[in-house]
Amino acid sequence: MLSIEGLSKRFGGFTAVNNVSFAVEPGEILGLIGPNGSGKSTIFNVLAGALVPDAGSIRFEGREIGGLAPYRIVNLGIGRTFQIPRPFHRLSLVENVVLSGFYGQGRPARARAFEAAERALALVGLPTDRAASVDGLGAAALKKLELAKALASGPKLLLADESLSGLDEHEMDQAADLLRRIRKDLGVTIVWVEHIMGILMRVVDRVMVLDHGEKIAEGLPAQVAADPRVIEVYLGTQAAAVRVAAAAARG
Amino acid sequence: MSRWPRWIAGAALVALPFVYHAPYPLHIAILILIWSFAYTSWSAMGRFGLTSLGHGGFMGTGAYVTALLWNRGGVSPWLGIPVALLAGALLAVLVAYPCFRYRITGHYFALVTLALGGIVLQVITATRDYTGGSLGYTPERYQGGSSLYALQFSGKTTWYLIALAVWAAGLYVWYRVDGSMLRYALEAISEDEDAAAATGVHVTAEKLKITVVSAAMTALAGALYCQYQMFISPDTVSGISVSLQMVFAAVVGGLYVALGPTVGAVITILMAEVLRISVGTRAVGWDNLVYGALLVVFIVFLPKGILGTVLAHRQR
Repeated sequence: MLSIEGLSKRFGGFTAVNNVSFAVEPGEILGLIGPNGSGKSTIFNVLAGALVPDAGSIRFEGREIGGLAPYRIVNLGIGRTFQIPRPFHRLSLVENVVLSGFYGQGRPARARAFEAAERALALVGLPTDRAASVDGLGAAALKKLELAKALASGPKLLLADESLSGLDEHEMDQAADLLRRIRKDLGVTIVWVEHIMGILMRVVDRVMVLDHGEKIAEGLPAQVAADPRVIEVYLGTQAAAVRVAAAAARG
Repeated sequence: MSRWPRWIAGAALVALPFVYHAPYPLHIAILILIWSFAYTSWSAMGRFGLTSLGHGGFMGTGAYVTALLWNRGGVSPWLGIPVALLAGALLAVLVAYPCFRYRITGHYFALVTLALGGIVLQVITATRDYTGGSLGYTPERYQGGSSLYALQFSGKTTWYLIALAVWAAGLYVWYRVDGSMLRYALEAISEDEDAAAATGVHVTAEKLKITVVSAAMTALAGALYCQYQMFISPDTVSGISVSLQMVFAAVVGGLYVALGPTVGAVITILMAEVLRISVGTRAVGWDNLVYGALLVVFIVFLPKGILGTVLAHRQR
Protein backbone atom coordinates (compact mmCIF):
# COMPACT_ATOMS: atom_id res chain seq x y z
CA MET A 1 0.00 0.00 0.00
CA LEU A 2 2.80 2.36 1.03
CA SER A 3 6.42 1.75 0.19
CA ILE A 4 9.30 3.96 1.24
CA GLU A 5 12.72 3.58 -0.39
CA GLY A 6 15.92 5.26 0.77
CA LEU A 7 14.17 8.17 2.49
CA SER A 8 16.44 10.91 3.83
CA LYS A 9 15.70 14.26 5.40
CA ARG A 10 18.28 16.77 6.59
CA PHE A 11 17.87 20.00 8.52
CA GLY A 12 20.99 22.02 7.75
CA GLY A 13 23.89 19.82 8.76
CA PHE A 14 21.74 17.50 10.87
CA THR A 15 20.50 14.30 9.28
CA ALA A 16 17.14 13.56 10.88
CA VAL A 17 16.32 10.56 8.70
CA ASN A 18 19.04 8.62 6.92
CA ASN A 19 18.27 6.23 4.08
CA VAL A 20 15.24 4.53 5.64
CA SER A 21 13.20 1.99 3.69
CA PHE A 22 10.05 0.17 4.76
CA ALA A 23 6.66 -0.89 3.51
CA VAL A 24 3.14 -0.82 4.93
CA GLU A 25 0.82 -3.66 3.96
CA PRO A 26 -2.92 -3.12 3.44
CA GLY A 27 -4.94 -3.66 6.61
CA GLU A 28 -2.05 -3.78 9.06
CA ILE A 29 -1.17 -1.63 12.03
CA LEU A 30 2.50 -0.74 11.87
CA GLY A 31 4.07 0.72 14.99
CA LEU A 32 6.88 3.22 14.59
CA ILE A 33 8.89 3.70 17.75
CA GLY A 34 12.18 5.18 18.86
CA PRO A 35 13.64 7.46 21.50
CA ASN A 36 13.32 11.24 21.29
CA GLY A 37 15.10 12.63 18.23
CA SER A 38 15.19 9.27 16.49
CA GLY A 39 13.46 10.67 13.40
CA LYS A 40 10.01 9.13 13.76
CA SER A 41 8.21 12.47 13.77
CA THR A 42 10.25 13.57 10.76
CA ILE A 43 9.24 10.46 8.81
CA PHE A 44 5.66 11.05 9.87
CA ASN A 45 5.70 14.66 8.66
CA VAL A 46 7.33 13.71 5.36
CA LEU A 47 4.61 11.10 4.76
CA ALA A 48 1.89 13.67 5.54
CA GLY A 49 3.44 16.22 3.18
CA ALA A 50 4.36 18.71 5.90
CA LEU A 51 8.06 18.22 5.05
CA VAL A 52 9.69 17.69 1.67
CA PRO A 53 12.13 14.75 1.57
CA ASP A 54 15.72 15.34 0.44
CA ALA A 55 16.12 11.90 -1.09
CA GLY A 56 14.19 8.70 -1.59
CA SER A 57 10.80 7.76 -2.91
CA ILE A 58 7.43 7.40 -1.22
CA ARG A 59 4.90 5.43 -3.21
CA PHE A 60 1.27 5.23 -2.12
CA GLU A 61 -0.79 2.71 -4.11
CA GLY A 62 1.87 2.82 -6.79
CA ARG A 63 1.96 6.59 -7.02
CA GLU A 64 4.89 8.79 -6.02
CA ILE A 65 3.70 11.19 -3.32
CA GLY A 66 7.00 12.52 -1.90
CA GLY A 67 6.90 16.31 -1.72
CA LEU A 68 3.18 16.67 -2.52
CA ALA A 69 1.31 19.36 -0.56
CA PRO A 70 -0.54 18.13 2.56
CA TYR A 71 -3.99 18.88 1.12
CA ARG A 72 -3.25 16.68 -1.90
CA ILE A 73 -2.02 13.83 0.26
CA VAL A 74 -5.23 13.97 2.31
CA ASN A 75 -7.24 13.83 -0.90
CA LEU A 76 -5.30 10.77 -2.07
CA GLY A 77 -6.48 8.94 1.06
CA ILE A 78 -3.91 9.52 3.80
CA GLY A 79 -5.25 11.12 7.00
CA ARG A 80 -3.10 12.37 9.85
CA THR A 81 -3.45 13.41 13.47
CA PHE A 82 -1.27 15.85 15.34
CA GLN A 83 0.75 14.86 18.39
CA ILE A 84 -0.41 17.96 20.24
CA PRO A 85 -4.11 18.31 19.34
CA ARG A 86 -4.83 21.31 17.18
CA PRO A 87 -8.60 21.98 17.36
CA PHE A 88 -10.12 25.07 15.71
CA HIS A 89 -11.59 27.08 18.57
CA ARG A 90 -13.58 29.39 16.32
CA LEU A 91 -15.55 26.41 15.02
CA SER A 92 -17.99 24.07 16.74
CA LEU A 93 -17.08 20.43 17.32
CA VAL A 94 -18.95 19.22 14.22
CA GLU A 95 -17.57 22.07 12.10
CA ASN A 96 -14.05 21.05 13.14
CA VAL A 97 -14.66 17.63 11.66
CA VAL A 98 -16.83 18.59 8.68
CA LEU A 99 -13.88 20.38 7.08
CA SER A 100 -12.21 17.04 6.31
CA GLY A 101 -15.60 15.59 5.37
CA PHE A 102 -15.81 18.29 2.70
CA TYR A 103 -12.33 19.36 1.62
CA GLY A 104 -10.78 15.94 2.24
CA GLN A 105 -13.41 14.12 0.22
CA GLY A 106 -13.41 16.10 -3.02
CA ARG A 107 -16.12 18.54 -1.94
CA PRO A 108 -19.30 16.45 -1.85
CA ALA A 109 -22.72 17.94 -1.11
CA ARG A 110 -22.90 19.75 2.22
CA ALA A 111 -25.24 17.16 3.75
CA ARG A 112 -22.87 14.32 2.87
CA ALA A 113 -19.92 16.15 4.40
CA PHE A 114 -21.89 16.55 7.63
CA GLU A 115 -22.86 12.87 7.57
CA ALA A 116 -19.20 11.91 7.26
CA ALA A 117 -18.36 14.21 10.17
CA GLU A 118 -21.11 12.77 12.37
CA ARG A 119 -20.09 9.18 11.58
CA ALA A 120 -16.48 9.96 12.48
CA LEU A 121 -17.51 11.66 15.73
CA ALA A 122 -19.78 8.76 16.67
CA LEU A 123 -17.05 6.22 15.95
CA VAL A 124 -14.56 7.90 18.28
CA GLY A 125 -17.25 8.49 20.91
CA LEU A 126 -17.70 12.25 20.80
CA PRO A 127 -21.07 14.07 20.77
CA THR A 128 -22.55 14.64 17.33
CA ASP A 129 -25.01 17.42 18.12
CA ARG A 130 -24.46 20.63 16.20
CA ALA A 131 -24.24 22.81 19.29
CA ALA A 132 -21.34 20.94 20.90
CA SER A 133 -18.23 23.05 21.40
CA VAL A 134 -14.54 22.16 21.43
CA ASP A 135 -13.92 24.39 24.43
CA GLY A 136 -13.52 22.45 27.63
CA LEU A 137 -12.65 19.14 25.98
CA GLY A 138 -10.09 17.19 28.04
CA ALA A 139 -6.85 15.63 26.81
CA ALA A 140 -8.47 12.32 25.91
CA ALA A 141 -11.38 13.96 24.07
CA LEU A 142 -8.98 16.18 22.10
CA LYS A 143 -7.05 13.08 21.00
CA LYS A 144 -10.35 11.59 19.85
CA LEU A 145 -11.15 14.79 17.98
CA GLU A 146 -7.83 14.51 16.14
CA LEU A 147 -8.80 11.00 15.07
CA ALA A 148 -12.30 12.10 14.03
CA LYS A 149 -10.83 14.92 11.92
CA ALA A 150 -8.52 12.46 10.18
CA LEU A 151 -11.24 9.82 9.69
CA ALA A 152 -13.87 12.17 8.24
CA SER A 153 -11.75 12.49 5.09
CA GLY A 154 -12.31 8.76 4.52
CA PRO A 155 -8.65 7.73 4.55
CA LYS A 156 -7.30 4.38 3.41
CA LEU A 157 -4.21 4.99 5.50
CA LEU A 158 -4.23 6.70 8.89
CA LEU A 159 -1.08 8.27 10.30
CA ALA A 160 -1.56 8.45 14.07
CA ASP A 161 0.97 10.60 15.93
CA GLU A 162 1.47 9.85 19.63
CA SER A 163 -2.14 9.13 20.33
CA LEU A 164 -1.31 8.12 23.90
CA SER A 165 0.91 10.91 25.18
CA GLY A 166 -0.69 12.88 27.97
CA LEU A 167 -3.29 10.23 28.79
CA ASP A 168 -3.71 8.21 31.98
CA GLU A 169 -3.55 4.42 31.98
CA HIS A 170 -7.27 3.87 31.51
CA GLU A 171 -7.49 6.43 28.71
CA MET A 172 -4.50 4.82 27.00
CA ASP A 173 -6.27 1.47 26.94
CA GLN A 174 -9.34 3.12 25.46
CA ALA A 175 -7.29 4.93 22.82
CA ALA A 176 -5.55 1.67 21.85
CA ASP A 177 -8.94 -0.04 21.58
CA LEU A 178 -10.15 2.79 19.39
CA LEU A 179 -7.27 2.31 16.95
CA ARG A 180 -8.07 -1.42 16.82
CA ARG A 181 -11.72 -0.61 16.13
CA ILE A 182 -10.82 1.87 13.38
CA ARG A 183 -8.90 -0.85 11.61
CA LYS A 184 -11.60 -3.47 12.14
CA ASP A 185 -14.72 -1.38 11.38
CA LEU A 186 -13.37 0.85 8.63
CA GLY A 187 -10.65 -1.35 7.21
CA VAL A 188 -8.20 1.52 7.59
CA THR A 189 -4.49 0.72 7.51
CA ILE A 190 -2.63 2.47 10.33
CA VAL A 191 0.90 3.74 10.88
CA TRP A 192 1.14 4.49 14.57
CA VAL A 193 4.01 6.59 15.85
CA GLU A 194 4.44 6.38 19.60
CA HIS A 195 6.90 7.20 22.30
CA ILE A 196 5.19 4.99 24.87
CA MET A 197 5.99 1.42 23.98
CA GLY A 198 4.09 -0.98 26.22
CA ILE A 199 0.53 -0.66 24.95
CA LEU A 200 1.61 -0.17 21.36
CA MET A 201 3.32 -3.56 21.39
CA ARG A 202 0.01 -5.24 22.26
CA VAL A 203 -1.92 -3.61 19.40
CA VAL A 204 0.38 -3.46 16.38
CA ASP A 205 0.97 -6.27 13.89
CA ARG A 206 4.52 -5.22 13.21
CA VAL A 207 6.85 -2.68 14.69
CA MET A 208 9.76 -0.69 13.32
CA VAL A 209 12.38 0.89 15.58
CA LEU A 210 14.35 4.02 14.70
CA ASP A 211 17.47 5.44 16.32
CA HIS A 212 19.44 8.49 15.21
CA GLY A 213 17.52 8.61 11.96
CA GLU A 214 18.19 4.98 11.01
CA LYS A 215 16.08 1.87 11.08
CA ILE A 216 17.60 -0.55 13.58
CA ALA A 217 14.91 -3.20 13.77
CA GLU A 218 11.66 -4.26 12.15
CA GLY A 219 9.43 -7.26 12.77
CA LEU A 220 6.84 -8.81 15.07
CA PRO A 221 6.55 -7.08 18.45
CA ALA A 222 7.93 -10.06 20.38
CA GLN A 223 10.97 -10.33 18.09
CA VAL A 224 11.71 -6.65 18.23
CA ALA A 225 11.35 -6.48 21.98
CA ALA A 226 13.94 -9.25 22.28
CA ASP A 227 16.40 -7.64 19.86
CA PRO A 228 19.58 -6.72 21.77
CA ARG A 229 20.14 -3.53 19.73
CA VAL A 230 16.64 -2.33 20.49
CA ILE A 231 17.11 -3.07 24.16
CA GLU A 232 20.39 -1.23 24.17
CA VAL A 233 19.38 2.00 22.38
CA TYR A 234 15.76 2.22 23.24
CA LEU A 235 15.30 0.66 26.61
CA GLY A 236 18.66 1.06 28.21
CA THR A 237 18.18 -1.26 31.15
CA GLN A 238 17.59 -4.96 31.35
CA ALA A 239 14.69 -4.52 33.74
CA ALA A 240 12.74 -2.42 31.24
CA ALA A 241 13.39 -5.00 28.55
CA VAL A 242 11.85 -7.68 30.68
CA ARG A 243 8.77 -5.52 31.29
CA VAL A 244 8.25 -4.84 27.59
CA ALA A 245 8.82 -8.45 26.60
CA ALA A 246 6.20 -9.44 29.15
CA ALA A 247 3.80 -6.86 27.80
CA ALA A 248 4.30 -8.12 24.26
CA ALA A 249 3.73 -11.70 25.36
CA ARG A 250 0.43 -10.74 27.08
CA GLY A 251 -0.93 -9.09 23.93
CA MET B 1 -35.41 34.15 13.58
CA SER B 2 -38.25 35.60 11.55
CA ARG B 3 -37.40 37.20 8.23
CA TRP B 4 -40.18 39.78 8.57
CA PRO B 5 -38.16 42.53 10.28
CA ARG B 6 -35.59 42.30 7.49
CA TRP B 7 -38.20 42.72 4.74
CA ILE B 8 -39.90 45.59 6.54
CA ALA B 9 -36.57 47.37 7.07
CA GLY B 10 -35.70 46.80 3.41
CA ALA B 11 -39.02 48.20 2.21
CA ALA B 12 -38.62 51.24 4.48
CA LEU B 13 -35.14 51.90 3.07
CA VAL B 14 -36.43 51.68 -0.52
CA ALA B 15 -39.37 53.98 0.26
CA LEU B 16 -37.25 56.57 2.09
CA PRO B 17 -36.26 58.87 -0.84
CA PHE B 18 -39.85 59.01 -2.10
CA VAL B 19 -41.15 60.18 1.25
CA TYR B 20 -38.27 62.32 2.38
CA HIS B 21 -36.01 63.87 -0.21
CA ALA B 22 -34.12 66.77 1.31
CA PRO B 23 -30.89 66.77 -0.73
CA TYR B 24 -28.35 67.01 2.10
CA PRO B 25 -29.61 64.12 4.27
CA LEU B 26 -30.05 62.06 1.11
CA HIS B 27 -26.48 62.86 0.09
CA ILE B 28 -25.24 61.68 3.48
CA ALA B 29 -27.35 58.54 3.18
CA ILE B 30 -25.83 57.76 -0.24
CA LEU B 31 -22.31 58.26 1.11
CA ILE B 32 -23.10 56.01 4.06
CA LEU B 33 -24.39 53.28 1.72
CA ILE B 34 -21.38 53.45 -0.62
CA TRP B 35 -18.90 53.41 2.25
CA SER B 36 -20.86 50.72 4.09
CA PHE B 37 -20.44 48.59 1.00
CA ALA B 38 -16.70 49.35 0.92
CA TYR B 39 -16.31 48.48 4.61
CA THR B 40 -18.34 45.29 4.18
CA SER B 41 -16.03 44.39 1.31
CA TRP B 42 -13.00 44.95 3.51
CA SER B 43 -14.40 42.86 6.34
CA ALA B 44 -15.22 40.00 3.95
CA MET B 45 -11.54 39.09 4.31
CA GLY B 46 -10.67 41.13 7.38
CA ARG B 47 -12.90 39.00 9.60
CA PHE B 48 -10.68 36.01 8.87
CA GLY B 49 -7.53 37.68 10.14
CA LEU B 50 -6.55 38.74 6.63
CA THR B 51 -5.91 42.32 7.68
CA SER B 52 -5.39 44.58 4.70
CA LEU B 53 -4.07 48.08 5.27
CA GLY B 54 -4.13 48.81 1.57
CA HIS B 55 -7.71 48.45 0.41
CA GLY B 56 -7.59 52.06 -0.69
CA GLY B 57 -5.49 50.68 -3.53
CA PHE B 58 -8.40 48.58 -4.78
CA MET B 59 -10.88 51.41 -4.29
CA GLY B 60 -8.61 53.80 -6.22
CA THR B 61 -8.15 51.23 -8.99
CA GLY B 62 -11.92 50.90 -9.32
CA ALA B 63 -12.48 54.65 -9.43
CA TYR B 64 -9.62 55.65 -11.72
CA VAL B 65 -9.92 52.77 -14.20
CA THR B 66 -13.63 53.54 -14.67
CA ALA B 67 -13.06 57.29 -15.04
CA LEU B 68 -10.02 56.98 -17.34
CA LEU B 69 -11.76 54.52 -19.64
CA TRP B 70 -14.68 56.92 -19.91
CA ASN B 71 -12.68 60.09 -20.51
CA ARG B 72 -9.90 58.64 -22.63
CA GLY B 73 -11.64 55.86 -24.51
CA GLY B 74 -15.29 56.80 -24.33
CA VAL B 75 -15.97 53.43 -22.72
CA SER B 76 -19.32 53.33 -20.94
CA PRO B 77 -19.09 52.56 -17.22
CA TRP B 78 -21.29 49.55 -17.98
CA LEU B 79 -18.15 48.06 -19.55
CA GLY B 80 -15.65 50.20 -17.66
CA ILE B 81 -16.77 49.04 -14.22
CA PRO B 82 -16.39 45.31 -15.01
CA VAL B 83 -12.94 46.08 -16.40
CA ALA B 84 -12.16 48.03 -13.22
CA LEU B 85 -13.30 45.09 -11.05
CA LEU B 86 -11.10 42.79 -13.10
CA ALA B 87 -8.18 45.18 -12.61
CA GLY B 88 -8.79 45.20 -8.85
CA ALA B 89 -9.00 41.40 -8.79
CA LEU B 90 -5.82 41.08 -10.85
CA LEU B 91 -3.98 43.45 -8.54
CA ALA B 92 -5.17 41.36 -5.59
CA VAL B 93 -3.88 38.13 -7.14
CA LEU B 94 -0.56 39.77 -8.03
CA VAL B 95 0.04 40.89 -4.46
CA ALA B 96 -1.74 38.20 -2.44
CA TYR B 97 -0.69 35.06 -4.30
CA PRO B 98 3.03 35.37 -3.49
CA CYS B 99 2.12 36.30 0.11
CA PHE B 100 -0.11 33.26 0.57
CA ARG B 101 2.14 30.90 -1.35
CA TYR B 102 5.16 31.83 0.76
CA ARG B 103 3.15 32.14 3.95
CA ILE B 104 3.52 35.81 4.61
CA THR B 105 0.82 36.18 7.25
CA GLY B 106 -0.29 38.43 10.11
CA HIS B 107 1.68 41.62 10.54
CA TYR B 108 3.85 40.95 7.51
CA PHE B 109 0.84 40.53 5.27
CA ALA B 110 -0.59 43.77 6.64
CA LEU B 111 2.69 45.53 5.81
CA VAL B 112 2.69 44.21 2.24
CA THR B 113 -0.85 45.50 1.73
CA LEU B 114 0.18 48.83 3.25
CA ALA B 115 2.88 49.04 0.59
CA LEU B 116 0.33 48.11 -2.09
CA GLY B 117 -1.90 51.01 -1.05
CA GLY B 118 1.11 53.33 -1.10
CA ILE B 119 2.17 52.17 -4.56
CA VAL B 120 -1.27 52.70 -6.08
CA LEU B 121 -1.36 56.18 -4.55
CA GLN B 122 2.09 56.96 -5.96
CA VAL B 123 1.15 55.69 -9.41
CA ILE B 124 -1.97 57.87 -9.49
CA THR B 125 -0.02 60.91 -8.32
CA ALA B 126 2.98 60.30 -10.58
CA THR B 127 0.96 59.80 -13.77
CA ARG B 128 -0.57 63.24 -13.37
CA ASP B 129 -0.70 63.83 -17.12
CA TYR B 130 -3.41 61.21 -17.26
CA THR B 131 -4.93 61.20 -13.80
CA GLY B 132 -4.63 64.84 -12.83
CA GLY B 133 -2.35 63.82 -9.97
CA SER B 134 -3.14 65.09 -6.53
CA LEU B 135 -5.46 67.75 -7.97
CA GLY B 136 -8.01 65.07 -8.69
CA TYR B 137 -9.92 63.91 -11.70
CA THR B 138 -13.39 64.52 -13.07
CA PRO B 139 -15.26 62.19 -15.40
CA GLU B 140 -16.61 64.18 -18.33
CA ARG B 141 -20.26 65.08 -18.17
CA TYR B 142 -22.43 63.37 -20.73
CA GLN B 143 -24.55 65.78 -22.76
CA GLY B 144 -27.82 66.47 -21.03
CA GLY B 145 -26.78 65.50 -17.51
CA SER B 146 -28.58 62.28 -16.74
CA SER B 147 -27.79 59.23 -18.80
CA LEU B 148 -28.11 55.55 -18.17
CA TYR B 149 -25.41 54.90 -20.79
CA ALA B 150 -22.92 57.13 -18.97
CA LEU B 151 -24.19 56.07 -15.55
CA GLN B 152 -24.59 59.72 -14.64
CA PHE B 153 -27.70 60.90 -12.83
CA SER B 154 -28.54 64.33 -11.55
CA GLY B 155 -31.29 63.08 -9.24
CA LYS B 156 -30.22 61.94 -5.79
CA THR B 157 -33.10 59.46 -5.57
CA THR B 158 -31.65 57.39 -8.42
CA TRP B 159 -28.24 57.34 -6.77
CA TYR B 160 -29.74 56.44 -3.45
CA LEU B 161 -31.49 53.42 -4.98
CA ILE B 162 -28.34 52.30 -6.84
CA ALA B 163 -26.23 52.61 -3.69
CA LEU B 164 -28.90 50.78 -1.70
CA ALA B 165 -28.96 47.90 -4.21
CA VAL B 166 -25.17 47.57 -4.22
CA TRP B 167 -25.04 47.73 -0.42
CA ALA B 168 -27.70 45.00 -0.22
CA ALA B 169 -25.70 42.92 -2.71
CA GLY B 170 -22.66 43.32 -0.46
CA LEU B 171 -24.65 42.00 2.49
CA TYR B 172 -25.87 39.12 0.33
CA VAL B 173 -22.26 38.17 -0.43
CA TRP B 174 -21.44 38.43 3.28
CA TYR B 175 -24.27 36.03 4.17
CA ARG B 176 -23.38 33.65 1.36
CA VAL B 177 -19.79 33.41 2.63
CA ASP B 178 -21.03 33.14 6.21
CA GLY B 179 -23.15 30.10 5.43
CA SER B 180 -20.54 28.32 3.32
CA MET B 181 -17.82 25.74 3.84
CA LEU B 182 -15.41 28.48 2.75
CA ARG B 183 -16.12 30.22 6.06
CA TYR B 184 -15.20 27.11 8.04
CA ALA B 185 -12.04 26.74 5.99
CA LEU B 186 -11.05 30.38 6.46
CA GLU B 187 -11.78 30.34 10.20
CA ALA B 188 -9.61 27.23 10.48
CA ILE B 189 -6.87 28.80 8.35
CA SER B 190 -6.90 31.94 10.48
CA GLU B 191 -6.18 29.80 13.55
CA ASP B 192 -3.76 27.22 12.23
CA GLU B 193 -2.76 26.88 8.58
CA ASP B 194 -1.04 23.51 8.99
CA ALA B 195 -3.97 21.94 10.79
CA ALA B 196 -6.32 23.33 8.13
CA ALA B 197 -4.17 21.87 5.35
CA ALA B 198 -4.24 18.51 7.14
CA THR B 199 -8.02 18.41 6.69
CA GLY B 200 -7.60 18.71 2.93
CA VAL B 201 -8.03 22.47 2.58
CA HIS B 202 -5.92 24.10 -0.16
CA VAL B 203 -4.92 27.01 2.07
CA THR B 204 -3.49 29.29 -0.63
CA ALA B 205 -6.45 28.84 -2.96
CA GLU B 206 -9.10 29.46 -0.30
CA LYS B 207 -7.38 32.59 0.97
CA LEU B 208 -6.98 33.85 -2.57
CA LYS B 209 -10.70 33.32 -3.26
CA ILE B 210 -11.90 35.59 -0.47
CA THR B 211 -9.18 38.15 -1.22
CA VAL B 212 -10.23 38.43 -4.86
CA VAL B 213 -13.90 38.76 -3.87
CA SER B 214 -13.03 41.45 -1.34
CA ALA B 215 -10.79 43.37 -3.75
CA ALA B 216 -13.30 43.30 -6.62
CA MET B 217 -16.09 44.48 -4.30
CA THR B 218 -13.90 47.32 -3.04
CA ALA B 219 -13.09 48.32 -6.63
CA LEU B 220 -16.83 48.46 -7.29
CA ALA B 221 -17.22 50.78 -4.31
CA GLY B 222 -14.55 53.04 -5.84
CA ALA B 223 -16.24 53.08 -9.24
CA LEU B 224 -19.59 53.84 -7.64
CA TYR B 225 -18.12 56.65 -5.57
CA CYS B 226 -16.55 58.10 -8.71
CA GLN B 227 -19.79 58.01 -10.69
CA TYR B 228 -21.74 59.57 -7.87
CA GLN B 229 -19.34 62.32 -6.79
CA MET B 230 -18.10 63.00 -10.34
CA PHE B 231 -14.78 63.90 -8.77
CA ILE B 232 -12.04 61.71 -7.41
CA SER B 233 -8.66 62.49 -5.93
CA PRO B 234 -5.92 60.18 -4.65
CA ASP B 235 -6.70 61.21 -1.08
CA THR B 236 -10.46 60.65 -1.20
CA VAL B 237 -10.47 57.19 -2.84
CA SER B 238 -7.00 55.77 -2.48
CA GLY B 239 -4.90 57.31 0.26
CA ILE B 240 -3.69 55.60 3.39
CA SER B 241 -6.39 57.41 5.31
CA VAL B 242 -9.00 55.68 3.15
CA SER B 243 -7.39 52.31 3.86
CA LEU B 244 -7.21 52.97 7.59
CA GLN B 245 -10.74 54.35 7.64
CA MET B 246 -11.96 50.95 6.35
CA VAL B 247 -10.16 49.15 9.16
CA PHE B 248 -11.43 51.63 11.71
CA ALA B 249 -15.08 51.56 10.63
CA ALA B 250 -15.18 47.76 10.41
CA VAL B 251 -13.62 47.35 13.85
CA VAL B 252 -15.84 49.99 15.47
CA GLY B 253 -19.06 48.62 13.97
CA GLY B 254 -18.15 44.98 14.45
CA LEU B 255 -15.97 42.81 12.26
CA TYR B 256 -17.78 39.56 12.81
CA VAL B 257 -21.40 40.56 12.18
CA ALA B 258 -23.03 41.33 8.84
CA LEU B 259 -24.20 44.84 9.65
CA GLY B 260 -21.13 45.76 11.70
CA PRO B 261 -19.33 47.61 8.89
CA THR B 262 -22.58 49.45 8.11
CA VAL B 263 -22.87 50.63 11.70
CA GLY B 264 -19.23 51.65 11.44
CA ALA B 265 -19.96 53.68 8.31
CA VAL B 266 -22.88 55.48 9.96
CA ILE B 267 -20.69 56.41 12.91
CA THR B 268 -17.59 57.50 10.96
CA ILE B 269 -19.41 59.49 8.32
CA LEU B 270 -21.67 61.28 10.78
CA MET B 271 -18.63 62.01 12.95
CA ALA B 272 -16.71 63.43 9.98
CA GLU B 273 -19.71 65.56 8.99
CA VAL B 274 -20.22 66.88 12.51
CA LEU B 275 -16.54 67.77 12.77
CA ARG B 276 -16.62 69.44 9.36
CA ILE B 277 -19.69 71.52 10.14
CA SER B 278 -18.84 72.46 13.72
CA VAL B 279 -15.14 73.19 13.34
CA GLY B 280 -15.05 73.91 9.63
CA THR B 281 -12.03 73.70 7.37
CA ARG B 282 -9.65 74.18 10.27
CA ALA B 283 -10.46 70.59 11.22
CA VAL B 284 -9.48 68.98 7.92
CA GLY B 285 -7.75 65.73 8.86
CA TRP B 286 -8.94 65.84 12.44
CA ASP B 287 -11.31 62.99 11.82
CA ASN B 288 -8.29 60.78 11.14
CA LEU B 289 -6.80 61.80 14.46
CA VAL B 290 -10.01 60.92 16.25
CA TYR B 291 -10.23 57.61 14.33
CA GLY B 292 -6.72 56.67 15.37
CA ALA B 293 -7.37 57.33 19.05
CA LEU B 294 -10.74 55.57 18.99
CA LEU B 295 -9.31 52.58 17.13
CA VAL B 296 -6.93 51.90 20.00
CA VAL B 297 -9.76 52.22 22.51
CA PHE B 298 -11.98 49.82 20.56
CA ILE B 299 -9.34 47.16 19.97
CA VAL B 300 -8.53 47.14 23.67
CA PHE B 301 -11.99 47.47 25.24
CA LEU B 302 -14.54 46.46 22.60
CA PRO B 303 -12.88 44.08 20.14
CA LYS B 304 -16.23 42.84 18.84
CA GLY B 305 -17.25 46.37 17.90
CA ILE B 306 -20.46 48.16 18.80
CA LEU B 307 -22.97 46.00 16.94
CA GLY B 308 -21.05 42.81 17.71
CA THR B 309 -21.12 43.56 21.43
CA VAL B 310 -24.82 44.47 21.41
CA LEU B 311 -25.76 41.26 19.58
CA ALA B 312 -23.57 39.15 21.85
CA HIS B 313 -25.36 40.59 24.90
CA ARG B 314 -28.78 39.96 23.40
CA GLN B 315 -27.94 36.33 22.70
CA ARG B 316 -27.31 35.69 26.37
